[in-house]
Amino acid sequence: MKAIFEHIFEIVTVDATSGIVPRSGLNAALTAFSSAAMAFLAVFAFALALAAGQLAKNWGSEFAGQATIVIVASETDMEDRVDRVLQVLETTPGIALARAMDLDEQRELLEPWFGPDLPVEQLSLPRLIEIFEEGRGFDAESLRLRLAEEVPDATLDDHARWQQPLAKASSRLRGLAVLSIILIAGVTAAVIALAAQGALAANAQVIGVLRLIGARDDFIETAFVRRFTLRALAGATGGGLIGALAVSILPGSQSEGALLSGLGPSGLQWFWLLLIPILAGGVAYAATLGAARRALRTLP
Amino acid sequence: MIELENVAYSYGGAHLFGDVSFRLEPGSFHFLTGPSGAGKTTLLRLCYGALQPTSGQVRFFESDLGAMTRDDVALMRRRIGVVHQDCQFLDHLSVADNIALPLVVAGRDMLVQVPNLKDLIGWVGLKHRDSAFPTELSGGERQRAALARAVIMSPDAILADEPTGNIDWDMSQRLLRLLIDLNRTGKTILLATHDLSLIRAAKAHVQARVLRIADRQIQLAGSDL
Repeated sequence: MKAIFEHIFEIVTVDATSGIVPRSGLNAALTAFSSAAMAFLAVFAFALALAAGQLAKNWGSEFAGQATIVIVASETDMEDRVDRVLQVLETTPGIALARAMDLDEQRELLEPWFGPDLPVEQLSLPRLIEIFEEGRGFDAESLRLRLAEEVPDATLDDHARWQQPLAKASSRLRGLAVLSIILIAGVTAAVIALAAQGALAANAQVIGVLRLIGARDDFIETAFVRRFTLRALAGATGGGLIGALAVSILPGSQSEGALLSGLGPSGLQWFWLLLIPILAGGVAYAATLGAARRALRTLP
Repeated sequence: MIELENVAYSYGGAHLFGDVSFRLEPGSFHFLTGPSGAGKTTLLRLCYGALQPTSGQVRFFESDLGAMTRDDVALMRRRIGVVHQDCQFLDHLSVADNIALPLVVAGRDMLVQVPNLKDLIGWVGLKHRDSAFPTELSGGERQRAALARAVIMSPDAILADEPTGNIDWDMSQRLLRLLIDLNRTGKTILLATHDLSLIRAAKAHVQARVLRIADRQIQLAGSDL
């Protein structure tokens, strides 16, 4: 491993082989372009992975330790049902606080969907009771049974019903994003390996001359690997920057009413994007080294 | 220094050589001659390890080619300068960069070698052409640049394959004088040519042996040259 890092360091910093491989050619442009395009896509896949993680975290933390009781009753019975539910909750272990939401709070909840002028007073809305847990929380099943017996109009929503599938979905989304990054790295490696193979074949005469004057295989490998690694690094840096710029203009977490807001990288997460060009450089290094070794074995 | 012992070489079912033996002693000057297509280039390629013999042994500096790794062959080639008929340059590099290329390959600090490089370029008469590209040079200039590249590492032997093939008589004489000068400094020279007049001209200035390829064998040519 140390030898590989030393080789990469040498390739990036020592320019003994600089200029030996001709600069021009379609392969060079192909390497830079494909690296840029793949880095651009990798930034989005990376942002998706972060977003999926963030969503799971948001949903988990926002509703952790909370539950809601929904009471559907006629207007005349509503206050009685609310009081009875609160009494039940007072005697339920694991509940720190339970309170009935007033109409203004319910209007606020509905505002993103129906606007600020919703006449909630005229609507027959269910009442909501917020529950804040303490310690290890309450036993949801026992509470459901008690409510069914004592206040049948009340339903406990401990958010698990929708939270779990969402958490599962976000976890799968994150898995897909990671898989995408792996696929992108694979495609980048394949494209660069093909480009390097093409360049090696096109430069058979260069290799012949270098061998004639006593160049060892590692010198020739370094010349090609250096050229392709640096090109891939430059292309991926450009593509990554454009991708980062595009991600940065995604809606921020403060955007009003944006359900999927705050999904781009934030704070130190931006530094993770620096890994993308480095990863592309590493992929190019490995792909070109493999292609060079194969080619040098077959070329005279 | 370079020794072929009972070397046979076949390619594509055709037997180019059978049982060829000779030895290039340090400081010797050899001509390798024969008609076109006789196999001079092939024999020369065997002499710097670009080809492996079908049978027999090729030894470089007492080491058997068959036992050498690729890296060993590369290091051995730094001790043998080769001048091809078509010169073989990197066309995207200047003449000076091409001549200095063996130093870069060997990992020597080029800056340290710059005075030597300039001297060398002057010695082959290309001082005014050092920043030109190989494609801008005449045939004679290319051959002299190739010779400069072949000797920059101060090799023990110089193998030249028809270096005068595409140049006029005066330029051939100039190139020959450079090779004779090198031989006088102790370098071993093997020059493949079909030009007998060049050999005759050289014999006036240097003790040279002439190896002639005939009937897939090497013969030591006599006074008939």
